[in-house]
Amino acid sequence: MTSETGAIHDIGYRRYDGPRLGPTYIGRSLFVHSLRGAFGIGRSARSKVMPLLLLAVMTVPALIMAAVVIITGADELPLEYTRYPVSLQVVVTIFVAAQAPQSVSRDLRFRVVSLYFSRPLSRHAYVQAKFLAMTVALLVLIAAPLIVLYAGALLAELSFWDNTRDVAVGLAGAVMFAVVLAGLGLVIAAFTPRRGLGVAAVVAVLLVLAGVAGTVQGIATEEQRDDVAGWAGLISPFTLVDGVQSWVLGAEPSTVEGPPGATGGVVFLSVAVLLVAACYGLLLLRYRRVSAA
Amino acid sequence: MSLIVTRGLTKTFSGRVTALAELTVDVPAGVVGLVGANGAGKSTLIKILLGLLPATAGSARVLDLDVAEQSQQIRELVGYMPEHDCLPPDVSATELVVHLARMSGLPTTAARERAADTLRHVGLYEERYRPIGGYSTGMRQRVKLAQALVHDPRLVLLDEPTNGLDPAGRDDMLALIRRIGTVFGISVLVTSHLMGELERVCDHVVVIDGGRLLRSASAADVTGVTQKLTLEVSDRADEVSRRLAAAGVAVRPVGAVLEIELVDEATYDMVRDVVAEVGVGLVRLQRGRHHMLDIFRQEAVAP
Repeated sequence: MTSETGAIHDIGYRRYDGPRLGPTYIGRSLFVHSLRGAFGIGRSARSKVMPLLLLAVMTVPALIMAAVVIITGADELPLEYTRYPVSLQVVVTIFVAAQAPQSVSRDLRFRVVSLYFSRPLSRHAYVQAKFLAMTVALLVLIAAPLIVLYAGALLAELSFWDNTRDVAVGLAGAVMFAVVLAGLGLVIAAFTPRRGLGVAAVVAVLLVLAGVAGTVQGIATEEQRDDVAGWAGLISPFTLVDGVQSWVLGAEPSTVEGPPGATGGVVFLSVAVLLVAACYGLLLLRYRRVSAA
Repeated sequence: MSLIVTRGLTKTFSGRVTALAELTVDVPAGVVGLVGANGAGKSTLIKILLGLLPATAGSARVLDLDVAEQSQQIRELVGYMPEHDCLPPDVSATELVVHLARMSGLPTTAARERAADTLRHVGLYEERYRPIGGYSTGMRQRVKLAQALVHDPRLVLLDEPTNGLDPAGRDDMLALIRRIGTVFGISVLVTSHLMGELERVCDHVVVIDGGRLLRSASAADVTGVTQKLTLEVSDRADEVSRRLAAAGVAVRPVGAVLEIELVDEATYDMVRDVVAEVGVGLVRLQRGRHHMLDIFRQEAVAP
């Protein structure tokens, strides 16, 4: 209703008789909200800088590689699709470290969770939405350069079938990286409610583990113990997923040595699955404790 | 129908600390005050009613829904304003309230409309587009109240909504609470550790202490017992006291001042006349603000 005089009238309190949508809608809304948040969409300009910068840093090398292949007319890409995420693991690590605390520590630190859990949203649904949003955000970050590489390969008229198969394997691997890293990042962030600490903790855990894995593998190769070098891949989440994608998807290992034999492959896959399950369980445990406080 | 019904509701933490002890109470619709000292079990009761905390023993129903089995439905129909700070500083009030409306199941368009309406009703206008980090305590309390109302609940649970507010902010908040109950037609359960402020806005008052029910009565009954006047005169207090007692007023010296039971308006006239007769100066005549424990003491002394 418009007022002819143009004056503002107090229309009084209006009741809401419209639909109240169920848990699926609520969970989906939280997922979309968190995914947008991971890239700073709908937030201040300042919170867009970090994720978009990292997305650019992640994609620029792929652009350069694609350009080089197109210009020089090379007959293959300089870097396999499956090795790309491991080669740029520092960028991925920083993204997890910056965005996982943004996603969960913020709600915990400012106690916004009490506003969520006093609504129909269950703790399970909250954890699921946050986990899925972080996974998809990471998938976007990791898959974007792979798509760029693939487009470059096609423009350079490299083998269509080989590249299509390889990029599919690469994307499947990207999903694995995203799930494992999202789980780890969120768990670490959820247990360190102060955002600064959360960032530091995620960086420390991921980089230190990668460093240890690399060192052990280096020494083992030096000592000609390829089996030890292979098992050492279990130490870091990056080499762990790399091992899984090399065993399950037949990708070329990014490290000196992939998982040793079929036993190694099964162990790597089981560890990865258990790790994700453990992260989910720990997150649920964390939020059970929160709402009782 | 009673809005909230509890039967033998008990909550102990780690088997040692008792927050609620066999609380059995029926809370009617309307504006209801839940009064108790800090640690009396008010917040624990609210969390159990929302299904956020399981009861150790006993049962509770909200809007005729069982808290143990139908907590999700309860949370659809109830709004909750926590006592503590719970607002993220980096978003605006509008963004937060729209998002939380969706979290209550409102479609996006409805969420936007309701958020704008509700923020206006609680008295946030242009400032609602600014990040919450820069808000005053009074504005934050209004945002917390708005998110509790945005989905048009049938009942709101307000935990210490006047905490941290200055006297003017307190009056505004209490007036708003009264409006929610009367104009909006939403039942309110509001907690406070101050009896005085709740008796002004509540239809019914429930008093708990140490997790036990002390009293559940209509506000009129409660205030009838609690209203007192504090009288301070410049001199000869004992003579004033004697004369007042002779005139049939219940009076009790407390230190240098006199405590007088306020029956009705005539009591004021009586005090004025007696003070004038004795011919002393009237330093102070004031309605007493009573801590809820006063009710308890009074109950114990004069049942």
